[in-house]
Amino acid sequence: MNAIIIDDEPLARLVIREYLTPYSNITVVQECADGFEAVKAIMQHQPDLIFLDIQMPKINGFEMLELIDTPPAVIFTTAFEEYAIKAFEAHAVDYLLKPFSKERFAKAIEKLADGKEKNTAGTKQLLENDTYSTTHYNRVVVKENGKIKIIPLAQVQFIEAADDYVKLHTADGSFLKNKTMSYFESALDINSFIRIHRSYIVNVQLITRLDPYEKETYQAVLSNGKKLPVSKTGYTKLKDVLGI
Amino acid sequence: MAKSPLSFGISRIVFAAWWLVWFCIQWSVLSEMGISTEEAITDSAVSNILLGGCCLVIINNMRYYLPRQEKYWYVFTVSLILSFLWLIIMRSLLYFIFKSDSHYTLLLKQSSTIRFGFAFLMIGCVSAISLLWFTQLDKILSENRQKEIEQLAKDAELFKLRQQLQPHFLFNSLNSVSALIGSQPEKARHMIQQLSDFLRGTIKKEEHQWNTLQEEIQYLQLYLDIEKVRFGHRLQTTVQVEETAAECLLPALLLQPVVENAIKFGLYDTMEEVNITIHATQQTNMLHIIITNPYDASTATPSKGTGFGLASVKRRLFLLFGRADLLIIQPEHNIFITTILIPQKI
Repeated sequence: MNAIIIDDEPLARLVIREYLTPYSNITVVQECADGFEAVKAIMQHQPDLIFLDIQMPKINGFEMLELIDTPPAVIFTTAFEEYAIKAFEAHAVDYLLKPFSKERFAKAIEKLADGKEKNTAGTKQLLENDTYSTTHYNRVVVKENGKIKIIPLAQVQFIEAADDYVKLHTADGSFLKNKTMSYFESALDINSFIRIHRSYIVNVQLITRLDPYEKETYQAVLSNGKKLPVSKTGYTKLKDVLGI
Repeated sequence: MAKSPLSFGISRIVFAAWWLVWFCIQWSVLSEMGISTEEAITDSAVSNILLGGCCLVIINNMRYYLPRQEKYWYVFTVSLILSFLWLIIMRSLLYFIFKSDSHYTLLLKQSSTIRFGFAFLMIGCVSAISLLWFTQLDKILSENRQKEIEQLAKDAELFKLRQQLQPHFLFNSLNSVSALIGSQPEKARHMIQQLSDFLRGTIKKEEHQWNTLQEEIQYLQLYLDIEKVRFGHRLQTTVQVEETAAECLLPALLLQPVVENAIKFGLYDTMEEVNITIHATQQTNMLHIIITNPYDASTATPSKGTGFGLASVKRRLFLLFGRADLLIIQPEHNIFITTILIPQKI
């Protein structure tokens, strides 16, 4: 079994490596000090397991995971008790609070062996339910031609549904992200981003005009001239937020 | 319990002298009206002692019960009732003593209105003075209490601001110790020492303690050394303290959140090697401390730059010196500069 250790502190990686020595079936193929390196390494090695820290420079552990299409089984190792422990324990293979003992570590590996199939599915589910990154950081992390881009939410003009993905439109172009419209609808601040249509969520700041369109529907005109359809329910939501 | 205006020696003497004066005046007035000396003295003594008693009653009453609303009606009503009671008792007593002398009893009857008026005025004045006295006393007491409450709140706030030692720092450091125990036990022991010294420093420092910059820098050095163990070669520090500045005084642990902030944006949020500098000088009764750290302007938004750590320092400086201009931040080409000014007592 191949594993990658992702942590920005060298000594933290050292502990995991040391704890792993008795497990001859697990090979550490790489160590990464940040999320960018980790994305590359995971693509390259397609590991079965990663040890992942949450607090890392630039992009945190959750944001890094979002960039992986088929995430491996994850064991979180972090000093942050407040986030994942309650919400994600059920989904991630395990959640180790630093500093952790050898015995606790062994339990995590045991869990991994118990249900390998379940684990990767668990990681996917974890990400579906994860509202951590958007509620705590006002940014979205996307991947474009293999490069990682961090977009501040204020720069997002609108979000468009695109099959299994969503398309984030910014002044610099649009980016695909493997999340659902309903995910963004619930995760984003209701007062700045509104779902005005089955296929559109708009940044309210940018709406300059609402033009009547066919019967009972409207068209939102953005400051850059872009026109978006507004459904009947979307119009009601807009009215509430804009106070018209 | 509030002190009565008569609890001071001098005011007791004045009170007694006051009644003595009125006693004499009344005596001479009665004598002029052709009343015998015995009758005049008895009359004056009885009226003035009784009236003095009434005044004592009112002073004591106010001491235990201070009207909050309708104070003036209260004073008026009480004075009216007491004067009336006084008149009845005084008249009955004197009538009983000298009932055989018709000249005197007639005068007693005729002078009732003026006596009542005089008593009402006297009791009214005394109750008004007492009311004023006790209200004033009450005000001073509640002001003191208010001051005490504010002081307590201030202390609590300072305490809270200082207590924000980051638990993540502690747990991550312990994790590093755990790693070192396996590979380099000597280094692990050293780190436990540093960590203990650091924690002891956080716990033992007194609330209002002022330390020399040198002491504070030594303490910060511990913190930076621990971070160096955690992040290895990635962290470099440059600490320059001028000789005169080293002896300057500053509030305990004031610099801690600033350096934590520098670490947070300089080290936790960058991937390159970083250099954090601390430079201290003394300029005309003012200690200048400049702390710089690299940061990534594209990911660290300006609003984050004035995050909680620095806000608390600013607040603390304001509470201590009453000035809001002692903390200056300047983001400059991916370098974040924090300047702290500490006024020095001469």
